[in-house]
Amino acid sequence: MAVLDTPAARDAAKQAPRGLALSRHVVGWLLASPLALVLALFLILPIIMIVIVSFWGATEFSIYPAFQFDNYEFLFGSPVTYSVFLNTFKYAAITWVFTLVIGFTVAYFLAFHVHSLTWQVALFLLCTIPFWTSNIIRMISWIPFLGRNGIANSTLISWGVIDEPLDWLLFSDFSVILTFVHLYTLFMVVPIFNTMMRIDKSLIEAAYDNGASGFQTLVHVIIPLTKPGIMIGSIFVVTLVMGDFITVRFMSGSQSANVGRLISNDIALLQYPSAAATAVVLLATVLIVIGILLRFVDIRKEL
Amino acid sequence: MQQTMPKPADLELVSLTKRYGTTVAVDAINHHFRAGVYACLLGPSGCGKSSTLRMIAGHEAVSGGSIVLGGSDVSHLPPARRGTAMMFQSYALFPHLSVAENVAFSLKMKGVDGPARRKRAAEMLDLVDMTAQADRLPAQLSGGQQQRVALARALITQPQVLLLDEPLSALDPFLRIRMRSELKKLQRELGITFIHVTHGQDEALALADEIVVMNNAVIEQAGPARDVFDAPRTDFVARFIGSHNVIALAQGRVAVRSDRIGLTDPANARLRGRVSTIEYQGTSVTLNIHADGDQEIAAVMPDDRFFADPLSEGAAVGLTWDDAAMHRLGA
Repeated sequence: MAVLDTPAARDAAKQAPRGLALSRHVVGWLLASPLALVLALFLILPIIMIVIVSFWGATEFSIYPAFQFDNYEFLFGSPVTYSVFLNTFKYAAITWVFTLVIGFTVAYFLAFHVHSLTWQVALFLLCTIPFWTSNIIRMISWIPFLGRNGIANSTLISWGVIDEPLDWLLFSDFSVILTFVHLYTLFMVVPIFNTMMRIDKSLIEAAYDNGASGFQTLVHVIIPLTKPGIMIGSIFVVTLVMGDFITVRFMSGSQSANVGRLISNDIALLQYPSAAATAVVLLATVLIVIGILLRFVDIRKEL
Repeated sequence: MQQTMPKPADLELVSLTKRYGTTVAVDAINHHFRAGVYACLLGPSGCGKSSTLRMIAGHEAVSGGSIVLGGSDVSHLPPARRGTAMMFQSYALFPHLSVAENVAFSLKMKGVDGPARRKRAAEMLDLVDMTAQADRLPAQLSGGQQQRVALARALITQPQVLLLDEPLSALDPFLRIRMRSELKKLQRELGITFIHVTHGQDEALALADEIVVMNNAVIEQAGPARDVFDAPRTDFVARFIGSHNVIALAQGRVAVRSDRIGLTDPANARLRGRVSTIEYQGTSVTLNIHADGDQEIAAVMPDDRFFADPLSEGAAVGLTWDDAAMHRLGA
């Protein structure tokens, strides 16, 4: 600490009574405690409760405390679980690819092609405007657009591109993934844009000076330096998609399932222990995915 | 030198112009840099020196005129095909690549295979004495070491002209003096043209064979370092290069070096004045004199001569100088 290293500060430190040094230690704990308390109350405690409840038992009409593995046995014994988890991964993977490609392109455009800061801020705010309305509204707005007699189908028919309305536009995996991409691309744009803005522009010039083409600069300089942002965005998108239940329900017309819907169905049937067990497995799965992602990039230097 | 550098070539700027909208950053400058010269573009910030350098490098589009290197017009070629290489002010080392990979970057872009690349990079690192740090990342290097890596990365492209954008400004004063002697030594060894942008006249005087003083988008004066220092042609150059008095006389304005001003009997002096302050500076003493015509004039004399016959503040003195020490100034 350069600031504290003045002779005056050293003298002050020497003269300060020992009690003050101790109390500084206490002050540190006190400063950290509000956040620690909030996290403990609203994050750690609920997770512990979910884990506990996941071992409880349930009948058609009651829940009873116990320590048994019935819920997990049922979960891992059912082929539905595997297909639903697989479906969840499929949604996460496809959404990740699309949000990454779109998010990277948008961020690249904003960071490297828009030169005035005013325009950068303006266009960036434009990206966030859809977020001024609720998730559900943005989701539902797709329905009249994609429906059998919706805008998309009637436009395509009037253009003569198709004769029959397309069935797969709505209440399909297509509409689910389209909505996911629409909802979550911004979560990819923001961290990638943020990392790109920190790239020293003279690095790009240095690359050109060393004979790199535009594409080579992208591959050898920009993408490696943007990796932390890509990782943070990927974590956002993957966790959001894997934890989602409402988008899949609305946009698939209740025809597809993911793990979130499994949990929400259990809760609707008051099968809390079973829902808790599924939630624990989902949490573990997501943590493993994040663990794998973090293997590739050290995002700590970014935070 | 294991490295075979290309034959040095002359670099010529022909009414080179840079406009940003309506502002003119570089106004139709003409200059001829002889091959193998160490040239400094000297001037205050905003004078157009950096724009000139960046146009030569190809990082700034030319608005008018041309840049001729070795007889061919390179004004519109991409940076890497001009035969120039640039060393950036902040060095612009790729933070995710090791020292060796940074140096070998241009070869990788050209598609040179791994072993050949590493061999050439090792040679360049040897040249700048950085072999031991080849596997480190730029963040693990000191400022001076980063600069050497940046130099090696620029030189591996075998440029005919090396462009240095305020290369020493990021270093502490002690290191700056050491690195500037290394730069000079390297330039002598390689024999290629160095064009070095700086706003420090001491740096320019210490390094340059040729100094190009710029101000307000034009070249004020260019020539060998000693000529520019000894005989400034304009007011601006005399003031910017320092150690000069600009004196208004009946026949016009002249520049006289402060250490060429002698004290004499007021009766037969060119100018009369009173000593306003005296500054002792170790090897010399600076007298600030309030002279006729309300002018402030600095006279620098060796300490032994001053203390042999010390003056006190407020003393009336006469100022004189040789005709040869007096240089008439243009506008």
